[in-house]
Amino acid sequence: MAQETVLQVDNLKRYFDVSKPWLSRVLEGGGRQVVQAVDGVSFEISKGETFSLVGESGCGKSTVARLIVGLYPPTDGSIVFEGVSLSNPAERARHPEKQARMQMIFQDPYASLNPRWRVGDIIAEPIRFRKLLEGGAVKARVGELLEQVGLSARDAEKYPHEFSGGQRQRISIARALAGRPDFLVCDEPTSALDVSVQAQILNLMKELQASLNLTYLFISHNLAVVSHVSTKVGVMYLGRLVEWAETRTLFNRPKHPYTRMLLDAIPDLDMSGRARTPVAGEVPSPINPPSGCTFHTRCPFATERCRAEVPQALSVDGQNVACHAVEEGRLPEWRGLAA
Amino acid sequence: MTDRPNAPLLEVRSLRVEFETRRGPLVAIDDVSFSIAPGEVLGVVGESGAGKSLTGTAIIGLLEPPGRITAGEILLAGRRIDNLPYEAMRRIRGREVGAIFQDPLTSLNPLYRVSDQLIETIRTHLPMNEKEARARALQLLQEVGIPGAAERLDHYPHQFSGGMRQRVVIALALAAEPKLIIADEPTTALDVSIQAQIITLLKRLCREHGTAVMLITHDMGVIAETADRVAVMYAGRIAEIGPVRKVVQEPHHPYTVGLMGAIPNLGHDVAALTQIEGSMPRLNAIPPGCAFNPRCPKVFDRCRVDRPDPMPVGGSDVACWLYGEGR
Ligand SMILES: Nc1ncnc2c1ncn2[C@@H]1O[C@H](COP(=O)(O)OP(=O)(O)OP(=O)(O)O)[C@@H](O)[C@H]1O
Ligand SMILES: Nc1ncnc2c1ncn2[C@@H]1O[C@H](COP(=O)(O)OP(=O)(O)OP(=O)(O)O)[C@@H](O)[C@H]1O
Ligand code: SF4
Ligand code: SF4
Ligand SMILES: [Mg+2]
Ligand SMILES: [Mg+2]
Repeated sequence: MAQETVLQVDNLKRYFDVSKPWLSRVLEGGGRQVVQAVDGVSFEISKGETFSLVGESGCGKSTVARLIVGLYPPTDGSIVFEGVSLSNPAERARHPEKQARMQMIFQDPYASLNPRWRVGDIIAEPIRFRKLLEGGAVKARVGELLEQVGLSARDAEKYPHEFSGGQRQRISIARALAGRPDFLVCDEPTSALDVSVQAQILNLMKELQASLNLTYLFISHNLAVVSHVSTKVGVMYLGRLVEWAETRTLFNRPKHPYTRMLLDAIPDLDMSGRARTPVAGEVPSPINPPSGCTFHTRCPFATERCRAEVPQALSVDGQNVACHAVEEGRLPEWRGLAA
Repeated sequence: MTDRPNAPLLEVRSLRVEFETRRGPLVAIDDVSFSIAPGEVLGVVGESGAGKSLTGTAIIGLLEPPGRITAGEILLAGRRIDNLPYEAMRRIRGREVGAIFQDPLTSLNPLYRVSDQLIETIRTHLPMNEKEARARALQLLQEVGIPGAAERLDHYPHQFSGGMRQRVVIALALAAEPKLIIADEPTTALDVSIQAQIITLLKRLCREHGTAVMLITHDMGVIAETADRVAVMYAGRIAEIGPVRKVVQEPHHPYTVGLMGAIPNLGHDVAALTQIEGSMPRLNAIPPGCAFNPRCPKVFDRCRVDRPDPMPVGGSDVACWLYGEGR
């Protein structure tokens, strides 16, 4: 399938300086502290696909999302969207038409809705901004969007605080859809929703994707949701992509020891008595990440080489893995989830 | 499942919460009753907007006008707390009842360092000096699994990721070792491994300190692992409440049955997830009879007329006319 690439991200990096102010460093001692939130991430998303990022809290998923929609400039690396480079603020400023085709659903629905605006105005804003519709048609469209996400057209009159957490998340989804984006970045879009509304929203997102050929970057910590919606999945660990592949491949034949650990930690809903193996060890601090493969502090297969050398991603049958054990062919077979 | 031998720590009796509006009162919580024993975890699940957060907010006395309790009682260790003056309730909050809110940002002040916020909370409730409180703050951050806690302690909330902020809020709620913890979606922004860590922590508190937990979440996996009993809410009422195994594996109420079917599962590949058709009625348009009747696949005449109250069915309490003397 020769699909058109919508987004191409290459060696993307974002570091945050979290040092104490200069004066207190001088007085109390202590050097510079830098969080390597995203440290050399590369991937591509083709038109009509859903690429998902998974990984433990703090591994840099939201930061990748924010870099792509331009909320932060990257420290290094490039972002090419529909063939145009948007790697720095100046390039972005030159291509407002591209920017308008991306929308983001934020992880925190509270912080992203203006409390002083009525819901109708919040949702109408992207429509008015892109001049997609005028007059009464705007109102009708807002009502339609509200119904699509399972709210009622009359909710347009209300303010965000009058809604429950999950209802607010649906308002932010309606707003993101209002601007008719081609590319939607969804940061934990359904984690505030109960399962039946979640099913409604995920089904809606899939329908829209099929009918409008939308492309999604999807972020979630819920692996069952991810396996349901994604074409491809990327696993992040401490700012780096450690494995990425087609969804089925990743869930059926995970290679990276970290991916396997995540799959083992999935809660057991059937209460079959399957031992849920908690992920061993702590996530190291991204301020002083471990040397070599940053996963070596928790990895049962770590060797001297792992402690010294950063593994480069190898591609085998479209499955990409950055792990020395895989390269050296000393990784045991995956036992599978059912065990 | 043992019967709960202990006297309940929390008792909610026929709670009713209304919002005053120009078009008359809206009933958001309608005749809700349940209790939680010391050391017990009660999971609360249900449709978005069903009233889960409001129930929690009512218990800790933080309902905001125009919302107010119009009927019922709330008892903590046998003492009524729903009618306490503001000051008295403020002292109970934090010390005896810890709350983890659905929205981590409202509990954290963006202008203060995380260390300052933790130390202040600890010192408000526990007799500790600055240095001891700081050590306790650090220990709490480690317990909730913040990597590099010592380096992170003095950072501001915006420098944390979404899931880390949520863990800071959990640390704040645990700071004074309260007897009851109301946790509203405490693990929704967290990945499974941190989730497991937080759940282990909550369970340890229950076991070792007899802490009771009201755990509001839509994550059935978390419920299945953590809760002793589950309450399923729909349109401001309890549809079904019972031991977790019963509710998850043998749900009785048609809404609970639908809810269980909507969970995506890793093993099964389906084109579309099962969804319960239609949506929950608005508060101003709750139909007469059973509130679920417009969406219920099993609806029959009586459902459109009489409102079912919870009654015992196979170890659970179920509010549905399909059971008991209903048919
Ligand atoms: N200030 C308010 N004014 C009017 N209605 C309100 C107000 N606050 C909440 N409500 C309504 O009360 C109902 C219950 O809200 P609540 O926040 O308890 O839901 P929830 O069960 O926690 O849902 P979620 O899973 O989405 O968080 C909702 O229908 C909501 O719209
Ligand atoms: N503005 C900022 N200033 C300083 N550090 C930051 C900032 N934003 C993010 N970080 C740090 O960068 C790292 C990655 O954060 P990010 O929000 O991308 O994580 P995440 O994978 O989305 O996690 P979660 O699942 O918890 O939302 C974290 O260590 C976080 O503390
Ligand atoms: S490179 Fe080494 S430490 Fe890293 S995941 Fe592979 S085996 Fe483990
Ligand atoms: S009372 Fe009737 S409408 Fe309500 S859940 Fe039971 S069968 Fe369905
Ligand atoms: Mg995030
Ligand atoms: Mg809520």
